[in-house]
Amino acid sequence: MTFRKPTGGEIDRHTLLRFTFNGVEYTGHPGDTLASALLANGVHEIGSSVKLGRPRGIVAAGSEDPTSLVQIEAPFPEPMLLATTVELYDGLVARGLAGQGRLAPEPDPARYDAKHEHCDVLVVGAGPAGLVAALTAARSGARVVLLDEQNQAGGALLGVDEYLDDRPSAEWVGDIVAELRTTPGVLVLERTTAFGMYQDGFVLALQKRTDHLGFAAPAGVARQRVWRIRTKQTVLATGAHERPVVFADNDRPGIMLASSARTFLHRYGVLPGSRAVVFTTNDSAYCAAIDLAESGVDIALIADARPDAPARLATECAARGIEVRAGQVVTGTEGPGRVTAVSIGDTRIECDTLLVSGGWNPVVSLFSQARGKLRYDTELGAFVPGEELDTVRAAGSATGELDLNACARQGREAGSAAAAAAGFTPGGQVPLPVSDSRCTSRSGLVVWRVPGADDASFVDLQRDSTVADVLRATGAGLRSLEHIKRYTTIGTAHDQGKTSGMIAAGIVAEALGVELAEQRPTTFRPPYTSVSFAALAGRDRGELHDPVRVTAIHPWHVANGALFEDVGQWKRPWYYPKPGEDLHTAVLRECRATRESVGMMDGSTLGKIDVQGRDAGRFLDMLYTNMMSTLKVGRIRYGVMCGVDGMVIDDGTVIRVGEERYLVTTTTGNAAKILDWMEEWLQTEWPHLDVHCASVTEHWATIPLVGPRSRDVLAAVAPDLDVSNEAFEFMTWHDTHVAGVPARVCRISFSGELAYEINVTAWYGLAVWEALMAAGEKYGITPYGTETMHVLRAEKGYPIIGQETDATVTPQDLGMSWAVSKKKPDFIGKRSFARVENNRTDRKQLVGLLPVDPTVLLPEGSQIVETDRLPEPPVRMLGHVTSSYPSAALGRTFALALVRSGHERIGETLYVPYEDSLVPVTVTDSVLYDKEGARRDG
Amino acid sequence: MTSPAQPPGAHLPEHPDFLWDNPEPKASYDVVVVGGGGHGLATAYYLAKVHGITNVAVLEKGWLAGGNMARNTTIIRSNYLWDESSGIYEHSLKLWEGLEEDLGYPILFDQRGVLNLAHSLQDVRDSVRRVNANRLNGIDAEWVDPAGVKEICPIVNISPDVRYPVLGATYQPRAGIAKHDYVAWGYARAAHAMGVDLIQNCEVTGLETSGGRITAVQTSRGRIAAGKVALCAAGHSSVLAKMAGIRLPLASHPLQALVSELLEPVHPTVVMSNAVHVYVSQAHKGELVMGAGIDSYNGYGQRGSFHIIEQQMSAALELFPVFARAHLLRTWAGIVDVSPDASPIVGLTPVGGLYLNCGWGTGGFKATPGVGDCFAHTIAHDKPHPFNEPFTLERFTTGALVDEHGAAAVAH
Ligand SMILES: Cc1cc2nc3c(=O)[nH]c(=O)nc-3n(C[C@H](O)[C@H](O)[C@H](O)COP(=O)(O)OP(=O)(O)OC[C@H]3O[C@@H](n4cnc5c(N)ncnc54)[C@H](O)[C@@H]3O)c2cc1C
Repeated sequence: MTFRKPTGGEIDRHTLLRFTFNGVEYTGHPGDTLASALLANGVHEIGSSVKLGRPRGIVAAGSEDPTSLVQIEAPFPEPMLLATTVELYDGLVARGLAGQGRLAPEPDPARYDAKHEHCDVLVVGAGPAGLVAALTAARSGARVVLLDEQNQAGGALLGVDEYLDDRPSAEWVGDIVAELRTTPGVLVLERTTAFGMYQDGFVLALQKRTDHLGFAAPAGVARQRVWRIRTKQTVLATGAHERPVVFADNDRPGIMLASSARTFLHRYGVLPGSRAVVFTTNDSAYCAAIDLAESGVDIALIADARPDAPARLATECAARGIEVRAGQVVTGTEGPGRVTAVSIGDTRIECDTLLVSGGWNPVVSLFSQARGKLRYDTELGAFVPGEELDTVRAAGSATGELDLNACARQGREAGSAAAAAAGFTPGGQVPLPVSDSRCTSRSGLVVWRVPGADDASFVDLQRDSTVADVLRATGAGLRSLEHIKRYTTIGTAHDQGKTSGMIAAGIVAEALGVELAEQRPTTFRPPYTSVSFAALAGRDRGELHDPVRVTAIHPWHVANGALFEDVGQWKRPWYYPKPGEDLHTAVLRECRATRESVGMMDGSTLGKIDVQGRDAGRFLDMLYTNMMSTLKVGRIRYGVMCGVDGMVIDDGTVIRVGEERYLVTTTTGNAAKILDWMEEWLQTEWPHLDVHCASVTEHWATIPLVGPRSRDVLAAVAPDLDVSNEAFEFMTWHDTHVAGVPARVCRISFSGELAYEINVTAWYGLAVWEALMAAGEKYGITPYGTETMHVLRAEKGYPIIGQETDATVTPQDLGMSWAVSKKKPDFIGKRSFARVENNRTDRKQLVGLLPVDPTVLLPEGSQIVETDRLPEPPVRMLGHVTSSYPSAALGRTFALALVRSGHERIGETLYVPYEDSLVPVTVTDSVLYDKEGARRDG
Repeated sequence: MTSPAQPPGAHLPEHPDFLWDNPEPKASYDVVVVGGGGHGLATAYYLAKVHGITNVAVLEKGWLAGGNMARNTTIIRSNYLWDESSGIYEHSLKLWEGLEEDLGYPILFDQRGVLNLAHSLQDVRDSVRRVNANRLNGIDAEWVDPAGVKEICPIVNISPDVRYPVLGATYQPRAGIAKHDYVAWGYARAAHAMGVDLIQNCEVTGLETSGGRITAVQTSRGRIAAGKVALCAAGHSSVLAKMAGIRLPLASHPLQALVSELLEPVHPTVVMSNAVHVYVSQAHKGELVMGAGIDSYNGYGQRGSFHIIEQQMSAALELFPVFARAHLLRTWAGIVDVSPDASPIVGLTPVGGLYLNCGWGTGGFKATPGVGDCFAHTIAHDKPHPFNEPFTLERFTTGALVDEHGAAAVAH
């Protein structure tokens, strides 16, 4: 049997859409929602409830529906959508849910994106108030964004069959939208829900761009888009939701909000059933009853809770043979599933539909998110915006106004005030429509519930929470609505209490004997309606989750088989295995080649910060523990930076480029943090300093050329440069040409070997790298990665920040007291060095560890203990292994470690728990290779 | 239509029929606890239960346990790096293990394990180090490789082809989650039953001292004399301490969290990642509960910025591609009190009879029983419990920091 009217509604009857619901095939039409199509097929039972397993139907026609949760299975599984907001498409497969959805194991093929939009006036809601507001603002020349969650403008008008200015309301809507669309600077978005309102006019909205196309959705178009809107002024014309009344067994399918039934009728040409009882506390349900009666639904009775029925509407009903009983309430329903009968006191009426109206709740979620205060409107029985904010105004039924003409007037006022506040002068006035509506009186009776079986009187149909639960909560001693919400779980489901929240508040106030005006409603939290994770992640997934940074030389590394390590955002060559090599064999080869002849690596990822200004030297003296202002132009100094707690946070070389200019190098992972750190000090503590900092990391390609043969290789490619030890001293730099390209060459070493760091403009990085490879060929030049770099520096006892340090290590702990100035009056961290704790001799200090068995490789991260037998936990730990490698140069394994009183323990045997044994290790100085530094000058 | 034999939400326990009364404040108490969050309520409970001190009021400016206690993501673990931390957190975890029985309240404590993922070689080193330290401290801890991660939580994407591949994880099987409201209400009900007054809508606006000792608190509901005053005000701790002239090294930040709608079980454990910054569990009803890092600015607004949510969604989908079409249902923020070394401050103050418990930042829920017990001991004996002895205020002058931040880099 069909419940589709032969005519009417915004559907395309000529096109048939096939869909499957709960395993049964049905048809519907373009323009339908899944809910309207199901109702047209007479399907009312959608799913079952989460706690009690009771059948659940369709209560409302829009996003406020508490019950019609479905799982989409095709085209792609998506959980927990409302049948009332799923637009129908051909091939849709869905099923009703028992309160929990299912995630698809297969990857979501859809794309998502985000867009920024800036406007003067944002209007949320394209009902009469919003339309007039938007047009008013637009006519003043303001940039306007108008958005609405529906697939077309009209708002409440979509659910009624009314005339505006003596013509169908759709025409009036169409005219306004047409003018908006042709006004420059105006953006009208359908299927777009403003779901979050944040500080300073930042509003988030979700646009469903292709969901309604189903299988026909074009693959290249983002399915959903998050609009990040920054607006000067906002008009919230978000409308109102009809409120149910709670009574015994009010949760059966077939029990529906009266206005929603009216919407199904007018918008979709669907009848909710054959025979309906109407239960109302206000006028609006009369229009639903009359319209439905005119469409052939048998309206058995209107029970009006008010002592007197509205005379004019009652007459209209009488003319249609609809009985109206004033002072009557529904006291129960019968099932088993869909409603079959309704009790009104002693009267039992058979029906398949019960339409309910308990009045209207203005949609104040966004207003509340904007931190606007709410006020309880006693007449309406709902919270309404209680103030006007500087940048946010409400208009239309969002304020509690129900009369269309008055709503439109509010829209005009709000639109013009918003435009004026955004700096625009009024344009042509938008005429207010005159409506023939007759069910918009505010004079209702506020009824939250009809006394009856409390444990079958459902407040939150999705959470199965009843009046009994609410009363149990107040009986337990709870007073705050937030507590009661948590105790009962009312308002925590997908609908966030859109239909249940106000009723719960009302029942609580009644139970406690307090005024609702004194109650604080529970906080409205974003999002207004649920938003898919994927939409929020947008394009920031996979490769784009975090930018991948690669150096200018990267293609060479890839072509030459490098394996990569993630260091911060950078991809760094880790090692270059030859066929058959694993990490250790490759690294041993790379190390040996470098120490014995020459190797080179791509050091371009090191952070580089250009520090300029009159006070640059002074500034760096404050940042580093050692003195930088005394550095001579042309020279280089290694420096350590500490936090205010005196713990090492970074290190690197500083080049004095000119009198007022330094180039600071940071570790790869810390480059951004150190620039931040510099800016924080400059902007908050030392704004008087004349210093400017800029990141130049990307500008340079940096190639350390390392090993006894590095001088020969450099000489071959840098004919202008005198590479002799005398002319080019350690810790100096020269500008020259390398491979024909302007270059800055620094003589620094992170391996103990003779080494040069060649810096060229990034553009030339690859060419210079290749030139060095060619020039070094006869020496067997060997490219190496981070692992070899780590081994070479560890053999020399040089720490890696973040590996040997962990924010609890001082320069002194690292054996770098020499890098801490005794002369400087102040620098960051200095005060902390005077603290008791910093002066203990039993601090953890950096030492070397040699496993007694030279073939044992200690796992990095191993703990170190004092005894060769483990006592019961807690075991006293002396420190841990920070780095551990096999060494070609030492012909054995070795490690670096932080060990309590480490400097005093040199020569001692300690133990490292490793699997089931304790490995004996000898504590040594951290410098294990070339202690005398003989290799530095080649 | 799906109608399972047992609806998915049928098994959840109900709250009891009676929780607490709402008394008027008395003129004076032996101990006034300021802040009715988890810590304040637990402190009152152990004061009464362990030390027999029942002339106690918990003063809460809003609704009981409506601060961070109502907003956290309920991760419970004790696999902290340093001995000092593992001491107090493991003490707490042991109390969790008997808490349901102790309180006679269904707190839904569920030891489903916590995975802390490693995404870089340094993460791996740090993780292995922490596992080794945990074991020597008698705390259950394992290092698991990516295949092991997948075995524990099959929906984690361990493909090497993602932006930051999972290189392994630390795993603490005894870690887990509990239901925050149930925990708070369990403590509140039990404390109330032993005679503790729970006073809501009672904001402390001043602290009175005389001769270097605390004598009373001023509140929005009048002056209340107090023998001892214990501050448990989390994000507002510095505001309160300032009333007694004490400057705390704390920064209050918003910290956000969110939930999805209810979903069939997909996520059997708790997964945390610092590099791909998000942490996730699936609560008993079926919602995914997630959080990430703090908002960087300071404030008391209990509201964060939306880009934090967007970033954590992109992180979540990196780790859990199956979440793509789950929906964000609700977001919120608390105010967390972050100390310079990311460890708490629990102990005495320069003012006699005034005790401090704060600085738990993003991770104090798990400590609720432990700190409640130790703080009650501190108050009762005017002397720190051995487990909170390291967490003095003085450590910021002496330098005896317990820096979990830099060293372990795991929050929450
Ligand atoms: C989003 C989020 C996620 C988190 N996730 C975790 C997690 O997974 N695991 C974990 O262990 N921890 C987590 N935490 C941290 C944890 O919530 C807190 O560390 C812990 O709850 C703090 O203790 P509390 O419960 O006593 O705090 P709160 O519940 O905040 O209690 C403090 C109370 O003091 C009251 N108060 C303040 N000023 C006054 C005054 N002047 N007078 C009277 N009362 C006052 C407040 O209203 C508040 O109720 C998270 C925190 C947040 C915000």
